[in-house]
Amino acid sequence: MNGKLAPKHQRLVLIAIALAALIAAGLLAAWALRNQASYFYVPSDLVADHPSPNQAVRLGGMVQIGSVKHSPDGVTIHFIVGDGKASVPVRYSGIVPDLFEEGSGVVAEGHLAADGTFDADTLLAKHDANYVPRELGDMSAAQKRAAIEGTTK
Amino acid sequence: MIANFGLAALWLAGALAALQLLAGAFALRGDEPTLARLVRPAAVVQGVLAALSFGALLLLFARTDLSVRLVVENSSSMKPMIFKIAGAWGNHEGSMLLWVTIMSLAGALIALLERRLPEPTMLATLAAQAFVGLGFYAFLLFSSNPFERVANPPPDGYGLNPLLQDIGLAFHPPTLYLGYVGLSVAFSFAVGALVTREVTPDFARAMRPWVLGAWIFLTLGITAGSYWAYYELGWGGWWFWDPVENASLMPWLAATALLHSASVLAARDALRAWTIMLGVIAFSMSMIGTFLVRSGILTSVHAFAVDPERGTFILALLAVYIGGALTLFALRAGTVTEGERFAVTSREAALVVNNVALTSILAIVLVGTLYPLVTEAFGVKVSVGPPYFNPVTAIFFFPMLAVLAIGPLLRWRRDSLGRVRGEVLLVALVAVAALAGARFAGSTRLLPLLGLALAVAVAVAAFLPLRGRSLRRLPLHVWGMVLAHFGIAVSLFGVSVDSAFTKERLIAAQVGETMHVGPWAVTLASVEPVAGPNWTAMEGTLSVSFDGGSPSEMTPQSRNFWEPVQHTSESALLTRWNGQLYAVIGEEAENGGWQLRLWWKPFVTFIWFGGLLIGLGGLLALLGRLSLDLKRRHVRARGAERRAEQAQ
Repeated sequence: MNGKLAPKHQRLVLIAIALAALIAAGLLAAWALRNQASYFYVPSDLVADHPSPNQAVRLGGMVQIGSVKHSPDGVTIHFIVGDGKASVPVRYSGIVPDLFEEGSGVVAEGHLAADGTFDADTLLAKHDANYVPRELGDMSAAQKRAAIEGTTK
Repeated sequence: MIANFGLAALWLAGALAALQLLAGAFALRGDEPTLARLVRPAAVVQGVLAALSFGALLLLFARTDLSVRLVVENSSSMKPMIFKIAGAWGNHEGSMLLWVTIMSLAGALIALLERRLPEPTMLATLAAQAFVGLGFYAFLLFSSNPFERVANPPPDGYGLNPLLQDIGLAFHPPTLYLGYVGLSVAFSFAVGALVTREVTPDFARAMRPWVLGAWIFLTLGITAGSYWAYYELGWGGWWFWDPVENASLMPWLAATALLHSASVLAARDALRAWTIMLGVIAFSMSMIGTFLVRSGILTSVHAFAVDPERGTFILALLAVYIGGALTLFALRAGTVTEGERFAVTSREAALVVNNVALTSILAIVLVGTLYPLVTEAFGVKVSVGPPYFNPVTAIFFFPMLAVLAIGPLLRWRRDSLGRVRGEVLLVALVAVAALAGARFAGSTRLLPLLGLALAVAVAVAAFLPLRGRSLRRLPLHVWGMVLAHFGIAVSLFGVSVDSAFTKERLIAAQVGETMHVGPWAVTLASVEPVAGPNWTAMEGTLSVSFDGGSPSEMTPQSRNFWEPVQHTSESALLTRWNGQLYAVIGEEAENGGWQLRLWWKPFVTFIWFGGLLIGLGGLLALLGRLSLDLKRRHVRARGAERRAEQAQ
């Protein structure tokens, strides 16, 4: 450990070390992203794909009108998220976000349980006029209307 | 009137930046040496004008001048004064004006005070600073005019998002901007040094206070932002790896690396090109941060495509600055001669590990932050969160901490581990003991366990550089280093304990019911409606007692604002020396109870105390360096006087 680096090439050695570390970091990041990124689904994709229960996913869609049911424990709710083509039952324990309501958009983070229910760890609802969950921001007003109409038939 | 004045001052400041750039560039080429005399005064006047312009905006907000669009959209006459003023920079245009103001004031300070560097390097530095500033002036004047008027002033403004009506917000963005701007100064110094190929210890010494200052503000900004998210969002979390948070973390990581490599350059004249590169990276990260936050790209790539003007502008600035700097670097780095060499076991080598690890962590955070944007452009939506960031950054962070424990004990140039055998053994033993203790206390997950072990080891190791030295004669900057390293340990301790030992309880409680969370007994005493200046709320009164001790009271609220209409949860916190009890109240449940979410978070406050210690360490280092610089300047001036006398 006590030796001096080959004096002529110290700069090259430093560059090589830095590049090696950065490439390692990049490869590691790429590998981890494949396994750990959580994909966004709308209900019809979720029904078609059926991601495995240990895969973290985000589910976005409209809360169907009349679907919100409160459990007797007072903190768990069940509701149905639809996109006009398919619908998925969702279970969530916790304090629902401020603007969560029937007929409006929601993004649920969690995983699809084996019984076909989506177990949500967090709910993101439309927060205010300026903040919309990323995935809901893209839905145009017309799409939202269509989704709501579709889910209330 | 005030708006016109502010706009005029802004135009003039922009014009002076152009003058500063051109005069500097021509003087450097040697065409017009007299132009060199214009550069420093231009920088000073530019700073004053930008400050006047920002002052005008503050005044408009303080008076709620409804003829200005920005005021209409972001303020209202009913807000408390402090939030009216904070509203001036709580929006896109105002915050960009604040940025450019701080930046030109920094330029003015350099022009007034910096005398160490050779004059050509100074000219190049100030010209680079003007070049960066010019882009922001153009951005403000052509696409984000803060002084734009409305034709028909409405009776009142639209207010400010109540989530943002918080004292933390009033000071959070300016703090981060001071950090970003400090890095822009470091960048200008780096460009200046590259242009004249004067990459010397003096360059590192001139740049270091700015990096230190930027780093202190970023540290405090991140710490404050994290605490704000923790108590305001009501989720009990303190860091979400949200892109906006990452936007402030990435410049911090780069600044931390730059700080350490600049120290090597200043003390030992090694790592020359390396330090320049880090200067470019650090500023790039603050530009990327600004781009992420200000372009609207985070909401959606498509939202960005719908209203691309601002985002494209910042992206273009980013490309010009970073592309230009990297090109210059590629052209000149080869001609910067290599600095002093060092052995594998030396303080320099330990700092290289710090630099490489921090840069790798930076790359990992950057990739994770940009990945969702890239995939979305290809039609696949993903989000990247803690399951990616925590373990992958830890792979580099933990080994870096192990080196941090030993590095400060090593000598410059060449050393042997055998010389510090005792200290290494002590730190290793402490780490193993802490690991065993945490395991015994019931922590089973790998990351918190390792985190705890390293936190305790680094906490001890941080003070080892003091051994055998006279504490009274120790330079201030060494105290700074010790404190900052200790702060890292304290923060990591808080993070690890919080993640290993937090207790959570979610319940619909009847009034009068008692529940338990960790060592706490919590009784819901009552729920009453209360009202504030622009909100009404349901307020729960909780009677809580720690481990059978005397009861205290907590009052979480569920608030409804009416202007603009919005609902927020006001969490209640009870702080003890060994942690915090965190309570949130939700809705009335169907069985007549109230939803309560309770967390007992042991030692969670250490996270932010650690952040404060790191910032304080930075401050001591800055003061220590500045006072040394002043002494040196004094000695030099006296020497010059004496020489002048002898010559007579």
